[in-house]
Parts: sequence; C-alpha cells; structure tokens
Amino acid sequence: MLVSLKWLSQYVDLQGLEAEDLAEKITRSGIEVEGVHHLSKGIKKIMVGQIKEIKKHPDSDHLNICQVDFGEDELSQIVCGAPNVAEGQKIVAVRPNGYVGGKKIKKGKLRGEVSNGMICSLQELGIEGKVVPKKYADGIYVLPEETPVGMDAIKALGLDDVILELGLTPNRSDAMSMLGVAYEVAAILSEEIKLPETAHEESAQKAEEVLKVRVEAKDVNPMYTAKVVKNVKIGESPLWLQQRLMAAGVRPLNNVVDITNYILMEYGQPLHAFDYDALGTGEIVVRLAKEGEPIKTLDGQDRVLNAKNLVITNGKEPVAVAGVMGGYDSEVTDKTTTVVIESAYFDGLTVRYTAKDLGLRSEASARYEKGVDPNRVIPAAERAAQLLAEIAGGEVLSGAVVFDELDKTPAKVVVSPDFVNSRLGMKISLNEMVTILTRLKFDVETANGLLYIDAPTRRQDIKIEEDIVEEIARLYGYDEIPATVPVGESKAGGLNAYQAKRRLIHHQLQGSGLYQALTYSLTSDELSQKYALETAPTTRLLMPMSEERSTLRQSILPHLIESVTYNVSRQQDSVALYEIGSVFLGETEEGLPREESHLAAVMTGNWLNNAWQGEHKKVDFFVLKGILESLFAKLDLTTRITYETAVVDGLHPGRTANILLDGKRIGFLGQLHPAEQKANGLKETYVMELNLEEIIAASIEPLVYVPVPRFPSISRDIALIVDRTTKAADLEATIRNAGGKLLKEVNVFDLYEGEKMELGKKSVAFTLTYFTPERTLTDEEVVAAHDKVVAALTESGAELR
Amino acid sequence: MAMIEQLTQLKEEVIEKITATENIKQLNEVRVAYLGKKGPITDLLKGMGKLPVEERPKMGALVNEVRAEVQHIHDVRKATLEEQAIQEQLEKEAIDVTLPGRPVKVANAHPLTRVIEEIEDLFISMGYEVAEGPEVEKDYYNFEALNLPKGHPARDMQDTFYISEEILMRTHTSPVQARTMEKKQGASFKIICPGKVFRRDNDDATHSHQFTQIEGLVVGENIRMSDLKGTLDIFAKKMFGEDREIRLRPSFFPFTEPSVEMDISCFKCGGEGCNVCKHTGWIEILGAGMVHPNVLSMAGYDPKKVSGFAFGMGPERIAMLKYGVDDIRHFYTNDVRFLSQFHRTEE
Ligand SMILES: [Zn+2]
Repeated sequence: MLVSLKWLSQYVDLQGLEAEDLAEKITRSGIEVEGVHHLSKGIKKIMVGQIKEIKKHPDSDHLNICQVDFGEDELSQIVCGAPNVAEGQKIVAVRPNGYVGGKKIKKGKLRGEVSNGMICSLQELGIEGKVVPKKYADGIYVLPEETPVGMDAIKALGLDDVILELGLTPNRSDAMSMLGVAYEVAAILSEEIKLPETAHEESAQKAEEVLKVRVEAKDVNPMYTAKVVKNVKIGESPLWLQQRLMAAGVRPLNNVVDITNYILMEYGQPLHAFDYDALGTGEIVVRLAKEGEPIKTLDGQDRVLNAKNLVITNGKEPVAVAGVMGGYDSEVTDKTTTVVIESAYFDGLTVRYTAKDLGLRSEASARYEKGVDPNRVIPAAERAAQLLAEIAGGEVLSGAVVFDELDKTPAKVVVSPDFVNSRLGMKISLNEMVTILTRLKFDVETANGLLYIDAPTRRQDIKIEEDIVEEIARLYGYDEIPATVPVGESKAGGLNAYQAKRRLIHHQLQGSGLYQALTYSLTSDELSQKYALETAPTTRLLMPMSEERSTLRQSILPHLIESVTYNVSRQQDSVALYEIGSVFLGETEEGLPREESHLAAVMTGNWLNNAWQGEHKKVDFFVLKGILESLFAKLDLTTRITYETAVVDGLHPGRTANILLDGKRIGFLGQLHPAEQKANGLKETYVMELNLEEIIAASIEPLVYVPVPRFPSISRDIALIVDRTTKAADLEATIRNAGGKLLKEVNVFDLYEGEKMELGKKSVAFTLTYFTPERTLTDEEVVAAHDKVVAALTESGAELR
Repeated sequence: MAMIEQLTQLKEEVIEKITATENIKQLNEVRVAYLGKKGPITDLLKGMGKLPVEERPKMGALVNEVRAEVQHIHDVRKATLEEQAIQEQLEKEAIDVTLPGRPVKVANAHPLTRVIEEIEDLFISMGYEVAEGPEVEKDYYNFEALNLPKGHPARDMQDTFYISEEILMRTHTSPVQARTMEKKQGASFKIICPGKVFRRDNDDATHSHQFTQIEGLVVGENIRMSDLKGTLDIFAKKMFGEDREIRLRPSFFPFTEPSVEMDISCFKCGGEGCNVCKHTGWIEILGAGMVHPNVLSMAGYDPKKVSGFAFGMGPERIAMLKYGVDDIRHFYTNDVRFLSQFHRTEE
C-alpha cells in the first residue's frame, strides 16, 4: 500500500511531523513502513512554461527547437525530441543548472542549437512508467491550460509529497485504504479524523425506475447496491485526481474509471462502473456462473467460468466477474453517457478462488479476499456519485438500488483488565486501556471492572480477547513490557538419547576428516531411487517447479556425489563429504511417506597428502571402511557389524560390501562403478550409505572397566596360502572357533597375491595373541591351542606357508 | 739409567699420540698399542727382572706412576672425544623446524548445523527439549492446527509444495509444535524445534526452495509476553553479544496473538547505521508471539488456563548475518572452500 502524505493529511492533521518520524511511529505501533519516498528527491529548478513557437531542428528529423515562456522578459530556447510537443502546451522544464533524477542539466547545445534546459516527461521526473497516463507515456507531460507559467513545477505536479510504502500483513486489510490508514495514524497521534464529504444533489428521477437488481447467490453476495448517474461527460480527470492515483500506483484512465479507483483507494471498497446502455436490459442479476460459461473481460481476454465463480449479469449473460474484473462489452467508453456504479459485498473466499481460477489478481479482488467493511458499501457509492457529479458533470438519480441482507453488527468483545495484564506481564490501568481503545475509535464501556468493546466493522481482525490485548499492547508500546523469564516448575532440558547419539556421530565423522554437507531432499524422478537401500514407491509433488526437483529422494548419495563433482571440477581433487538426512520411502498408514534418517559419505582423491615427506595415500575401500569401523567402535557395535561381498547398482561389483548389523543389512559401502565415475567426472571414488536409525537404536552395553593385564601375552604368527576368493573374515572365524578361550586377538598382518604365488592363490598372514588374565601361559598350553588352530585351518583347505 | 730415560721417552710419546687422536676409534688403537698386554709399558715391566733387586721396587713404582698418568690423560681425552661425538651426532640430526607438520585430517560441521547447535545448546541450558518431526506433513498440522484453515488469506504468505490435497512439504517447523502439544496432553513444556522446510521459490541469492528453521515454544500456566521478551533478550545477548539490545515490533502470524517481530541492535555498527542494518541500526532476527487460543484449544489445552509463547527464526539468515555470507545458495552447494571456513572457534 502506497500512502501519499498529502492525501492522508486530508483526513488527519500531520502538521509539524517529519515523514521519517511518522514512519517510525507507524512501524513501531503496528504496520511496517518499508519505504519512505520523497517524490521531489533529486529534482531541482523545474518550472511550468508555455511553448510559444516551434521550429524543426535543421540538423535533425526528430528534434524541435522550442521557444518557451516562463513568465520572464525573454523566451527561453529549449531543444526537445518528444514526438508530442506542440505549440501552446503548458509543459514542465528543468531550467539550466537544475536537476532531475539527481543529474544536473546544464545549458548546452544539441546538434549546434542552444538548449536552455530540458522539457520533461513524467518518467524523467521519477514517476513509474506503468502509472503514467497512456497519452503521455511516450512523450512529455502536458499540464492543464490554466496552470500558470513560471510556477514551481514541483508544486504544480504535486511532487512536494512523500509516499510511505506500507508492508501490510494479511490481518490488516483495514489499512488497504486511505481512510483505514487515517484511523491508524489518528490513533497513534491521538488526533481526530475528518471523513470525506459525500453530500451531492440528486435529480427527481429515482435510480430504481431505470434499474432492477436481483441477487440469486445471496450467501456469497449478501449486499449489492447500484447508483445511476446520467449525462456523464467522459474525459481526462482533473490534475489533483490524477496525481492522487499516480501517487497510489494507479494509472489514470478517464474520469469515471479514475473515480472508481480513487474510491477503492480512499474507502477500500471496490466499485465497478458499467455503461448503462451497454447493459441493455436495465437489469442486474447476480448469480453463480454456469460451468463453462464464457466471458470476455475488459482486458480483452476470453475466459471460461466454472460453477463456483460469481458473476454479474444483465439477466442474460455475464457482464462482470464479481469482485475480480469487469466485462469487455459493458465497459465505460468515451461514448458512455449513463453510468451504473456498483458497490457490493462479495464473499472473500469466492473471490479468492475465482481470482485464482482465472489467474487474475486485482486491487479489487485483493480487498474482497481479505474482507471489506460492510459499513462502507453505501458511503463509497455515495462518494462516487458525488465525484461523478462534481468532476464528470453527471446527474445523479435519486437513491440507490439496494439489495441488503448483510449483517453489519460490530464484533463484541468483553475483556478483563487482569486478563490483558496477565498475558502481557504488565500493570496497565483500566483507564489507560479505555483511552487507547478510544483513540482507535473502538466503542468501549466499562462495567463491573470489565471492558465491553464494540470493534468497528472496518477492523475485521478484531474478534477475541487476545486481539484486544494486542491492540492495547501495540499502542501502549512494546518497549514498556518488562523482560522476565517463565516462572514455575523447571525441568532440566537436553537432547534425547537419539539426538545425543546423532550429534556424537556427526562429531566423530568430522573428526575423521569428512565435511558435513547439506543437499536437497527433492530430486528428479530418475535419481530418486538410485542407490536406495530398499525398493519402495516414491513420493512425487503434485505440481513440481521443475523435473529436477519433483520427487523426494530415497538415497542421499546422488546429490552428495554431485557435490563432490562440483568440488572436483573446481580443482578440489581430494574431497570427503558426509550427510545425515531423511529419505522418503513408500507410505505409512497415516498417508505420509516413511521418513528414514540415513548417513551417506563420499570420498575421492588423496586421503593423506604430505608432499614434502613423500607420503601420499589415495582414498581406497579400506580408508572408508576404517572410518566406519571407528564409528562402529564408538557405538559399541564392533562385534555386531559384519561385511559381505555385495552387488549394488552403480557400484564396482568386486569392491562393494553390504554392512550388516546382527546379520541384517543396514547399508553398503564400495567404489563407484568406473562407468559412474566417468559419468560424474570423478576418479576413484568411494561411497557408503546406511540406515542411521538402526545404528542409533542398537543398544550400547554399560561401560565396565576390565583390569589391565598383569601377565604377559604370547603371540604366534601363521601364514596361509588360500584361494584368492577366500575371505579373511572366514579365515578369522575358523581361527577364533578353534583357538578356544586363550585366544584373545587375531590380526591380519600381511597379504600377498603377487607373481610368486600360484595363479588363483594368495597368502594371508595372521598374528594370534594368546592370553589369560589369571597367570602366565605355559608353552604347552599355547602349543596345544595353536595346534588346534592349525588343524582347523588345514581342514578348511588352507595351506601353511 | 737407560730404563728411566726409556720410560720418560715412552711417556712423552704416548701422551703425544693420545692428544693427537680425533675419535674414539683412534684413541682405542692408541690405548691397545701402548697400554695393552703387548704394549711397551707391559714390556718394560716384564724387563724389570734384569734389574738389580734393590732397584726393582723404585722402578716398579715409577712405571705404575707413568701408567696411571697416561691412563688419566687417556680418560680425559676419551671424555672429550665422546662429547665431541655427541655434538656431531646432534648437529647431523638437526632439522628445519619451519617445515610444515604432518597433516591431521579433521573436518567440521556445516555452518547451518553450527548455528543450530549453538541455538539448541543455549535453549537447552534454559530447560528446553529438542523436538523434531517429519518433513512431509499433513495439511492439518502444517496449517489447520495452526489457525490457518483452508482458504485463509495468510496461506498466501507461504507457497507450498503439495504432494496430495492433504499432504505437503512442511513450510515451517511449526507442525512440530502442533504435534508436540497434542502429545503432551495438557502438560506444560518448553521445546525448540530445528529442521528443514520447503517453499515454492526459485533458488537465487536470497531464496531457496529448501532451507532451515528453528522454532521455540513454551506452554504453561501464566506464561506472559514479558517472559517472551526476557527469553529473547537472553538469546540475543548470548548469540550476538552482551551489549545487544532488542526491540519488539507488532506483526502478524496466524498462530500467535499478539504477534511481534524482534529486531536486535546492529552488532556491526552498534546502532549507528551501516550496510548490515541498512542504516537503521536494527536488524530483524525473528518472529514471535503469544500462542493463539485457537491453536491451544485445537491441541486440547484450555486457553483460559494455559498460555504460551512461540518464536521462530532462520538459521540461514543468522549465518548470513553473523558470518557475512552473501548468497544463500552457498549453504547447499557444499563447496569445500566454503565449508572449511567454519572450522575454527569464535569468542
Ligand atoms: Zn549497522
């Protein structure tokens, strides 16, 4: 909402107030002022002049040399390129050394001809092109004939004004009108408000004699009034009216349309003007549209209506979409003489849905959607009639054609001052509360220590006690509220067990050298199931903004791999990222997708890069596995996690493992398939993803100290030749099974599968550690245990080296 | 006395040799050559049998005296050479201490996580619990339970990704508040709700279709607006500096009444006016208010007996303000050169 302070001061005394101070007051007490625009900013020395004589520029086919009268002894020569320049025009010019748009205009020569300044268009004077009257959109602005030459053009154009740009929240639709803003400002300043005059003469003929109104859709149109004005002379609006509209961001059109727009701005009540003769039937019928019914709206578009849309008809066919836009065929034109002014109350939701259906949001629909003041429907129509008489020379038929079943009673709220104070934590007296509500022009009575309030119908947002609390607080001032903290029982706060473990996992992974990444949950249909841990239906948006963000992810990896590619293609060759986030699988009984928290990681490039000491370690399967193992150790899962060779789409078939918890698959790790690496512009890259909820839910044993060994342990190495496909984990299991109680540790210390090996064989060497906490082991005990291990291994087909 | 002369000569000779040694090895050779069992001193002692009996003790004492003296000089020389050897060893082992150390890989949290954890911890210290909820929500929890019935004009404020008529991507973390109230069944509580939220926005420098929010909710008997103000004051000072001031401005949210927006005095210029605060001295940080009675009663609380306050903010905005990040897309690009800047600690 753009508020001209000159316009506003018609209703409230703003004398002696700086615009910035007023803006601050308005912001602090309720409505945010998002901008303060001084219209004369960057403009100096502009003057009204009259073009006395025009000559073609000898060296140009579009420039004219104008002799301009500024009421001085001599005419001033100004070269002008505007196509609409003509002798006799009253124009606005910047004089030499004046400014427009903050730029200085000097005396100069244009293609050899002296030019003392510049004749201006409205755009050059800082007025937005979209509100400049069409007639002057591509040329200089022409003032009315009666404007005196030599006058300061800032005054003549009404640029001695300041516009406040209000950022309105949806509850404050009352401030979508100048009068609404005036009530607000008057309350803030403790001033009185002057309402506009609507009195006008009316002819003997009654409006009812020429027009009938019938409302069929009463529940969505409880009030419809029409005034009829005859002998209207369509023309340009007076300057003051055009200036008001331009200041409010509306383009002046002709006097009738301008008047309806002016009243829309002044009262917040949308009006529509019909050409009475074009209606053709002397009748207005309001009803719901028929499914598929066509209408050509005044923007020239052919539109198709549905049965939920409310239309104004002439009894035969739609002539307007109620509250949204008028029809093309009943529009006021230059030839119109009799005008029907509609002022009505349409249901907000109906207008909202219709505007949405037609993709048509207008100043009118915006106001209906949020609810107009039931008590302004009639005054707005009367005000329009008054202005039509005054400005367009119209003859107002007496009375109005009215259908009215609208409830106009104000909302009644009863509040106790204690309630207000207990909600705010303040001690405001009853009298102070009454004063504030009176400033807001609420009707207040007090009885039994309670406030009985009739909220004015313009304030549709006031319904309950809490609304009154807010009104009192905002005008009393939020600065006056003390700062306290909640009293009463207090419990220790904290993370729950799940959250605490998740944080631990974050910190562990970061400490392992992986940066935490955040990627989008929405992805393409194509990527949504890639690398998913399970097969489940996907969840897709009804109306995606793009195919790229249309479907919820079932795996974190695709986007995380993209992030790694992003880095690698920017010379970051070594990248390690992880992400913890939700994936979305199938559907639960509630109808929502099952959200599962996953952990994913991607690593590529060098893991260790210590150039000057010549240490380089490329990321490989075991780097990533080692990071996971230390995470599992932290979570007390070491003995419960196992790995098995796996095949996962998109991963290297020989370098991929399933991760199992208590034998159940919870995730995988492996190298990206070389083809995937190539497609993503990556070198050797390792990835993993697992179900985080499973590893967090796995219980952790209490931590109990184990005595530090007092007796030495004894180690034996054993080297085995086995098939290349034999798994170290299987060998270890054989060893552990055979080793008995004394065998404490089994560690791989060597792996060889080179040339010296028979084809298809490899050598794996283990260190076995024997230990008992009770005593020093004897050789015999160790030999006995170790022999069993060797026997078991031999039996399993391993060959001792 | 040929033998005495011989002894003196021998002594001078051996001392000269010992002094000339340059390392322990040479010294050992000299020692073996002169003081060993086959050395000239031993020979001299052996040759004493040829002397008259009365001269033997005197001569024996003299030889032993020389032997002791030589031994002493040898020992001193040995100590010197050993010391010298150690020095040489140390010199050889000297390193360039200015060379870089062996890298230890440690990464860090995403800046949004950093901000969220900081806020979580602050409110946890004030007795709050952390509550979370689904990112895909029912229209009911996202809107209706928050006093935003279908067709409410305020639904325009949040353009929504719908999945079906009743299911959507949550547009704020407030549904967690609605769910928590429903679960707590009338009990008083304090929660903070961080999470991802989604809006139909084109991604640009200031908009992101996915972003994060963190909201707080306190419900109980006699919760006052002054409690909200005091709580936000603590938050502002802890998060943005002890000398921060806050101010509340009236605003509108369908789920609170009264509703306010909180500004803090600019932490960059202290209120004088600068680019960060757009020359107003104040920076808008969050929205807040007293829980709307409709929201309370829909969750089964009696708004006559129980009241509450709620607040919500955007970690992206806070991170952008705090760290001067100029483009919201940085948070979702995961450029390591960006992420790694949030490694170090701050005062
Ligand atoms: Zn500042």
